[in-house]
Amino acid sequence: MNRYTWRTFGLEAVMIAVAVVVGFPVYVLLNLALRAPSDTSSPIAPTTAPTFDNFTQAWQRGALGGALVNSVMVTVGSVLVVLAVSSLAAYPLARVTARWSRGMFLLIMLGLVLPFQLAALPLYQTMRDLGLLGTAWALILFYSGLLVPFTTFLYVGFLRAMPRDFEDAALIDGCTQLEAFRFVVLPMLKPVTVTALVLNAVAVWNDFFTPLLYLSGSSQQTMPVAIAGFVGQYAADWNLIFAALVISIVPVLVVYFALQRSIINGFAGGLKG
Amino acid sequence: MKRFRFGLAPVTVVEDVRTPDRLATATRRRRPSTPPWWFAAPAMLLFAFVVLVPSVRGIYYAFTDWDGLDPHFSVVGLGNFAKMLDDPNAGQAIWHTLLIAVAITLIQNGFGLLLALGVNTIIKSRNVLRVFLFAPAVVTPIVTAYLWRNLLGPDGAVNSLLGVVGLGALRQDWLGDPELALWSIVGVIVWQFGGYSMVIFLAGLQSIPREIYEAAAIDGTSSIRRFWSVVRPLLAPAFTINLMLSIIGGIKLFDQVYALTGGGPGHATDTISTLIYKDAFTLGEFGYSIALAVVLTIIVAIASSGQYFFLARNERAAS
Repeated sequence: MNRYTWRTFGLEAVMIAVAVVVGFPVYVLLNLALRAPSDTSSPIAPTTAPTFDNFTQAWQRGALGGALVNSVMVTVGSVLVVLAVSSLAAYPLARVTARWSRGMFLLIMLGLVLPFQLAALPLYQTMRDLGLLGTAWALILFYSGLLVPFTTFLYVGFLRAMPRDFEDAALIDGCTQLEAFRFVVLPMLKPVTVTALVLNAVAVWNDFFTPLLYLSGSSQQTMPVAIAGFVGQYAADWNLIFAALVISIVPVLVVYFALQRSIINGFAGGLKG
Repeated sequence: MKRFRFGLAPVTVVEDVRTPDRLATATRRRRPSTPPWWFAAPAMLLFAFVVLVPSVRGIYYAFTDWDGLDPHFSVVGLGNFAKMLDDPNAGQAIWHTLLIAVAITLIQNGFGLLLALGVNTIIKSRNVLRVFLFAPAVVTPIVTAYLWRNLLGPDGAVNSLLGVVGLGALRQDWLGDPELALWSIVGVIVWQFGGYSMVIFLAGLQSIPREIYEAAAIDGTSSIRRFWSVVRPLLAPAFTINLMLSIIGGIKLFDQVYALTGGGPGHATDTISTLIYKDAFTLGEFGYSIALAVVLTIIVAIASSGQYFFLARNERAAS
């Protein structure tokens, strides 16, 4: 197991071959995005005269810049709110054994099982009555509530495994509960906060169903909805569509490759939680 | 002496010099107040507003003929559920949903496990491969689905590639053929999330102490035997998480179906979620649509609790 043998080399070759197959769609994506619509050669033949025309066209026609800003706003806003309220809620829920605490925890955990399709339609009506439909605020409000069960679940699990001596010491020394939370508990929650941050940010950024419902017909679109609208509008113009897809993927992949260690650990982190 | 820093003022805590059990009683007696309930209030309010209240209302609407707009509607009892029994689309959608969930669970986790075992070796490309193979999992599903809609088209890259490598006979209309479309969707999901399963299995594999592998290797067992009797039981927590994620993800599937086939051809790939969307927003049958959501809820609840008990038993047996 420790020496690099011919068998290891064979395995290496097989794994790289698998990676090439997995990467094949990415090659076609870039290949067609760089191709003028007049070029009708096979999609897998390398493009001979690459052009960036599709990218400028897609950027302008799809209003992708605005969608990008909306997506960033919704993601940052929702994740900040849900991390703040869930970590604060997890503190009593993990520490207090009174009946109200256990009841409230079970009630919130019920949210892990309820699919959002059940709540989506009645909530649609409420949002409409409040005049929030079509605004980014509706989405931030929605995700802030939707992600509470999962985030609280992560925080409570982590807190229960953490000794309470530190916060007790702080309280004996005269901290208020809020100070003990802010200066003692919260810093120690950092590992699980990274996990929750990564999983929630990816979930919000990628969600399509909710913005499709709550933003349809408005000018404030998030990236996934803008892309779907773009595909609907330029149905046959695949070179243009592919350029739009590349534009939507690039920011995600830049963040991913820059922070790959924390992101992968975040996704694997559920295993320890 | 231990030193802690709270905000600006450094605080010194003097360690207690009394005997341990006296110390324990002493701390218990003067244990400070517990965190107040209102810390949970903001989260609880948001959760109640977004999930709890609308879900309860949803369950109520499932027994009405509400169309989503009209404030006047009547309670129809089990009417919506009876209608579901007569609606071939609903039965089909439920069947597709279960089929997709099971297929994804088996194939994606099988693929992910093989990838994890391959990457958890001394091959030189292991770190690059891990980062690369996981990358599709962070990309927006609706975006990868539109990419695949083109690749799987009659003149798409998949058919071109088959032609180039001499397998032209296997060319298909991957999304247009009602027999095949569902499996094409499963394939796209496995492509995107195989790396996700891999990462979770890999974390499980790396938490197994080296000595255990070495002891098994010294005992001269075959590598398949070693995997089955030694590694597999120790991977139980990773299996639990992976199976949970893929089953529930598969049951709720919407984005990929919407982008790849829109539920078509005909209704050949409709899932419960796409049917909910269509019934509510193109047919205006909110009551019926929410009744479908109730069925979805019941399926998710059965799947997750069944799995929880089954796997919890396995994990106990393994430890």
